[in-house]
Amino acid sequence: MFLRALAEPVLSRAEANGANVDAETKGRSMRTESLSAWYGNTLAIRGVNLTVSPRAITAIIGPSGCGKSTLIRCLNRMHEVVDGARVSGRVLLDGEDIYGPEVDPVRVRRLVGMVFQKPNPFPMMSIYDNVAAGLKLNAALGRAELDSVVEQSLRAAALWDEVKDKLKESGASLSGGQQQRLCIARALAVQPEIILMDEPCSALDPVATYKIEELMVALKEEYTIVIVTHNMQQASRVADYVAFMLAGDERIGELIEYGETGQVFTNPRDKRTEDYLTGRSG
Amino acid sequence: MMAIGRAVLSEARGPCSSVRVRDPRLRRRQAISGLMSGLVALSTVIAVGALLLVLGYVVVKGAPALNWAFFTERPLPFGEVGGGVGPALMGTVYMLAIAGVMGIPLGVGTGIYLAEYGRGRFASAVRFAIDLVAGLPSIVVGVFVWALLVRNVIGQYSALAGAMALAIIMVPLVSRTVEEMLRLVPDSLREAALALGIPRWKAILRVVVPTARAGVVTGVVLALARAGGETAPLLLTALGNQFFSIDPLAPMASLPVQIYTYAMSPYEDWHAKAWGGALVLVAVLGAMSLLVRLVGKRQTPRS
Repeated sequence: MFLRALAEPVLSRAEANGANVDAETKGRSMRTESLSAWYGNTLAIRGVNLTVSPRAITAIIGPSGCGKSTLIRCLNRMHEVVDGARVSGRVLLDGEDIYGPEVDPVRVRRLVGMVFQKPNPFPMMSIYDNVAAGLKLNAALGRAELDSVVEQSLRAAALWDEVKDKLKESGASLSGGQQQRLCIARALAVQPEIILMDEPCSALDPVATYKIEELMVALKEEYTIVIVTHNMQQASRVADYVAFMLAGDERIGELIEYGETGQVFTNPRDKRTEDYLTGRSG
Repeated sequence: MMAIGRAVLSEARGPCSSVRVRDPRLRRRQAISGLMSGLVALSTVIAVGALLLVLGYVVVKGAPALNWAFFTERPLPFGEVGGGVGPALMGTVYMLAIAGVMGIPLGVGTGIYLAEYGRGRFASAVRFAIDLVAGLPSIVVGVFVWALLVRNVIGQYSALAGAMALAIIMVPLVSRTVEEMLRLVPDSLREAALALGIPRWKAILRVVVPTARAGVVTGVVLALARAGGETAPLLLTALGNQFFSIDPLAPMASLPVQIYTYAMSPYEDWHAKAWGGALVLVAVLGAMSLLVRLVGKRQTPRS
């Protein structure tokens, strides 16, 4: 059933979204079952069972090198883009395994969008073209529809007012924080169900960080969001659920604890979590 | 430690207790440094000077031969004064165009393959083969095309054979430049495109290659400029022609070969025309290279 949805062209979903879509279709859930990932022969993460709740922000925290980025990249099949990288276990998007034999990774990535640590707008494209890139390169939409999707995405990314008069200028002419919001708008334009953010504020100043955190909280009304962050305060500010990862002596990342933000931060069940949160380790 | 430091310091300062430039050791170091800088500057002056000398000589000898007839008329028979290199100019453009149509897509495609898809032994073999062909003396390329097309397939000296020889020379140049330029595009852009759910081939063609557009154009124009100046392969394939021609299966004139023919002749008038041709060749190819570098600088993305 869901594999058919994966086969739907982006066009029909764009049309549907123009016509007051049923709010239930946004904000799907994800779950991993015994997810392990390798880079060549090196095991990076092992046996991760993570739950991602719909219309909520799940933060993955942990010290450097614990496999947070590897884990999040497995959720939209970006991990396998690296030569020699592979995955075992299952990743279920609303019950369907995205690593199933008949699933096209390209379609998975349209449903599970990603924003990276360093803002990476396409340098040779204007702001408008950047936001429209995912759509233009996937479906032949008319000018009016494109205009409308671009505006909606920029509004959703809280960037419209700042760029509406300079849509034709290069994406690289914006500040760091604006570029990151542009990347978020670009990701939103393809109408994903889930948005992954790999340390989205690491490269930004505190003011820009604050704006993006506000944006995340606004977006979770409609989308499911997973963020990786090494900033515990950020996790405690925005996340509904927190997953703590740690790489043991063998340098293999494992999911140590998962739970509601309040519970994990005030009353962690695992000692290692407590050590990390209080600064004794990591 | 402190004692060593003090000893070194007092050594450097010499008998005086100040750090003024009286120390003979320091002065000798400065003298050697000055000498080296001078030698390097002198080499630069000699190299650039030699280049300017050549260019200047070509301009001075070639300018008097340039007039409207020179560019538009065909060469006149032995002994007759007048005429020009019109067919040669047209021939060079004609053959470069056909060579471009054959060689540029092949070169760009190979470059994209090596940069984006090439892993493992096959890609290394391809890269090695490209480097080999790039290093072939152009006359060897000429002999090859002569044997293949002039002696066998077509049966006579022809513009098509000439174009093919030029294309063989162009492909490795284009491929290497395109590969290098694509490698300069940061991976973060590829990841951004893939993460949007764009298929890999589309991401390469519509995002990565356009980002390297300036570099690709540079590579193509430089390859054209290089091929445009080749003489040896054309002697063996297109031969030369005194008349304007658009027949791909007949011999065709080209500017480098025309210069050669004129220079080898015993006639003063033809020598002057050879200089004129040389000036035109240097001016056009030089302008192409210069323009491409200037435009390329402005268009390169700074991400």
